[in-house]
Amino acid sequence: MEINKISEEKQKNILLKVLEVLKTMASRPSGFIGLCILVFHILLAFLSPYLAPYDYKAIDPTLMLQAPSSEYWFGTDSLGRDVFTRTIMGGRTALTITFFGSLIALLWGGLLGIFCGLVGGKIDDVVMRIVDAFLSIPWILAMLLIVSLLGTSIEVLIPALGFFYGKGIVRVARAATHDVIAKDFIISARARGHSNMSIIWNEIIPNVRDAILVEGAMRWSWMLLGFSSLSFLGFGVSPPTPDWGLMISNARGLMSFAYWAVIAPIVGLSSLIIGINLTADAFAKALGIDRSTKAPV
Amino acid sequence: MKEIIQKVRNLSVGFKSQKGHEISILKNITTNIKKGETVGIVGESGSGKSTLALAMMGYVKQGLFTMEGECIFNSSNLLAMGNRDLEKIRGRKIAMIPQNAGQSLTPNLKIGYQIDEALKLHTNLSKNERDKKISELLNKVRLPSPETIALRYPHELSGGQQQRVAVGMALAGNPDLLLLDEPTTGLDVTTQAHVLELLNFIAKDTGTSMVYVSHDLGAIAQVSDRIIVMYSGEIVLEGPARDILKQPIHPYTYGLLKSIPKLSLAGLPDSMPGSQPQPGAKTKGCSFYDRCNLAEDKCKKNSPNLEYVSELKTSVRCFNYKKIIEKKSEKQSNIKRNEKNIKINEILNLTDVSISYAKQKLLDQILNKITDTNPTVKDINININKGETLALVGESGSGKSTILKSIAGLLRTKEGSIKFDQGRVLSNDLKKRNSSDLRAIQLIFQNPDESLNPNHTVEEILAQPLKLYFGLSGEELKKNIIELLEKVRLGKFYMTRYPRQLSGGEKQRVAVARAFAAKPDIILCDEVTSALDVSVQAAVLNLLQKLKEDFGTTYVFVSHDLAVVRAISDRVAVLYQGRLCEIGPSKNVYKFPSHPYTEVLLGAVLEPDPDIKPKLVAEDIVEDKPPEKGCCFQGRCPRILGDKCKNETPPWQIGDNGNAIKCHINIKDLEKKQNGN
Repeated sequence: MEINKISEEKQKNILLKVLEVLKTMASRPSGFIGLCILVFHILLAFLSPYLAPYDYKAIDPTLMLQAPSSEYWFGTDSLGRDVFTRTIMGGRTALTITFFGSLIALLWGGLLGIFCGLVGGKIDDVVMRIVDAFLSIPWILAMLLIVSLLGTSIEVLIPALGFFYGKGIVRVARAATHDVIAKDFIISARARGHSNMSIIWNEIIPNVRDAILVEGAMRWSWMLLGFSSLSFLGFGVSPPTPDWGLMISNARGLMSFAYWAVIAPIVGLSSLIIGINLTADAFAKALGIDRSTKAPV
Repeated sequence: MKEIIQKVRNLSVGFKSQKGHEISILKNITTNIKKGETVGIVGESGSGKSTLALAMMGYVKQGLFTMEGECIFNSSNLLAMGNRDLEKIRGRKIAMIPQNAGQSLTPNLKIGYQIDEALKLHTNLSKNERDKKISELLNKVRLPSPETIALRYPHELSGGQQQRVAVGMALAGNPDLLLLDEPTTGLDVTTQAHVLELLNFIAKDTGTSMVYVSHDLGAIAQVSDRIIVMYSGEIVLEGPARDILKQPIHPYTYGLLKSIPKLSLAGLPDSMPGSQPQPGAKTKGCSFYDRCNLAEDKCKKNSPNLEYVSELKTSVRCFNYKKIIEKKSEKQSNIKRNEKNIKINEILNLTDVSISYAKQKLLDQILNKITDTNPTVKDINININKGETLALVGESGSGKSTILKSIAGLLRTKEGSIKFDQGRVLSNDLKKRNSSDLRAIQLIFQNPDESLNPNHTVEEILAQPLKLYFGLSGEELKKNIIELLEKVRLGKFYMTRYPRQLSGGEKQRVAVARAFAAKPDIILCDEVTSALDVSVQAAVLNLLQKLKEDFGTTYVFVSHDLAVVRAISDRVAVLYQGRLCEIGPSKNVYKFPSHPYTEVLLGAVLEPDPDIKPKLVAEDIVEDKPPEKGCCFQGRCPRILGDKCKNETPPWQIGDNGNAIKCHINIKDLEKKQNGN
């Protein structure tokens, strides 16, 4: 009975803590703006199929490159498709893929980093040199190789992006672990005879969790940019699925006379990235990881 | 009457809380510093003593602001001055010596250059004159061969030498007022005594006024003419040093003095209940009300004013100080320890233990060759009986914590064996020890801020050993946790708190509870009280003693503080540079004859009594490495015999009282010489 009450209480505590963190984040103007943009984009990703005024793949040669009007708010593109429809739906794939990609990056990067930091010695040396070797490979070349070998399906893109963006998290997690590892409570747990797994789970993760989460949030925005670059190069989302990277790529040649077809996806992509960045920044400040008093915005 | 050089008038300093309330850290401080006088400011952490010292040089820390009042120096208010004007005063008229000289000296600049910089800034001397002045200053702070010291980098000096350089730098501008913020706190006992003696000499020699801030009444007693006792941001007692130390008429000071363990008294010191209130927690009444045993109703409602008692030349903030004056005849009544006769029932035995930090080369590892002929810890033979408290004493670098870690299995011994429970050898490797051995030996660390996971609640912290060793869960786990908390006198409601919500003493209690959760046979205590305030220290010592009597636990107690060790231990082992010097029952170790090193240590202990001056028998040189052969203490020994001490390892001699001393000098001669002093 009472035990259940305690665990319930604990869940309530966690919920309260999350609310408190969100409140602190929103209390700074930059954090508030970031959160608003992010929430707006996420809502849009969920609701855009119902909000879209036209079919995103309906081609109409008679409507080619129409300027923005009351009928077509953002104009039409070179195939006569509605740019507004395609813009509000263009973030869906990118958001989904990069969100799950970041989760994978967080998981493997975080755990490997913590493990290396705790174990140290030769294992740590070997693993970190391998990570360094991968860090030295331009990721986009490696991605192109993977994509051209295995195709551009979601099952390939998510783990591949997750792998390449997790490398940096390994370093952050390892450094955060090193800060904790010398503390007496770890030595105390060791002297009691806890296993490495138990030390990682109980003693280290609660103390490095925040740093890794913030790093993961930053990686998310970079991965979004990376994924859009892939689409831009034609290796991400395949047409006719609407995607900002792809839309920019298709419309950039017509920029001089049909600027609207480029500007709309650019605004969509950059606002999302700025939103995530601001949110991650505010998140770091709310958790007390980033103690600088002045936010960049 | 001497000239007053600094006046602090009605000074209140505070900060704004998140909710926008103004919370004061210093409340209405008024005091004067006279020319040539040394004033000691004493108080526990958080009493506002450092804030006051900083305000005296016109500095208020970031986040704090001056609410009211002024600090007048040379008829101008420092707190209202601009930075430009303050620059002319700081360093020249008022100088500061910080706590940690090692961190306040720039690491990549030579000592001479740094002092030269100070001279350039504060004087108009030419290059040649400055060079001369540098040697003069280094000479004044009694550093050997000033010319070579000036060419060294800070890291090439010992802690005591660094502190001397800091004193020298502060004197560079010939200041009228010297502010010292805990200048000897991080230093070894012997070094501390030497630095204090130097400060006394400088005060007399130059006639500089000093403000000496410290939590340590022992240090304050040695240097101060006048003492200010601070509590919760207020001056509670102010008067001549001798009167305050001999006859403290404020209940806080009275309790504080009683809670300091003293060399001359065996047994545990009295402890004061509770802890200092948080800033802003108390809005009316006396700030000491909760902890005071003289408290009455009026103390709760009204806050007492600072009242001047002319017969004692002392100001006191208490309604009932007369009661303490009446009580003065009462003798120090220390709590007697229950010294049951400890039966010879060996529980732990260290035989020829050596520990080395040196890394072995791969080739030597393969050939199983021992390369380090001079390990950090060597030839330790100690046996510990069940229910006994054995103390390991020594200065920093004496290897006492190293030995503790190897008993816990955290460090591998290089040679020798550690036997537990009727001669069973404990494995060198922590992972090879079985669960019941791990359970039987528990550790308590120095700093509870580091030894408790900041992201765990007290409940989670205490649950860990219970789950690990006894597999408890659910209702029973919770029942056990509550029991443990009761044992260390903490209420049930502490379960949901995080370490950051507890005071220092409460945190250490949780750490003690965690060690006892394993139902251990031996508890290793690593400087468990040195991070705590004096009044809290006494309470923790009393708690440890009580738990030991209840559970029959054996303690191995590591400390640098000889008085604390005197209070709690049954037997003492004195270590120098990782070698044993002396071991014996604690009542005998503190008496002569003793090893020359013990003699030096005992001489340097600071008592909160202006009449007991430390005896400085040896230089405070610190050696990096123990000597290859001969006696480990040859470098500093005041009674060195000559080549014999340098070449031959001294034999163990056992005195009439069961005290073993490792020295070449015959034990009878040693006794004669030491008692003759």
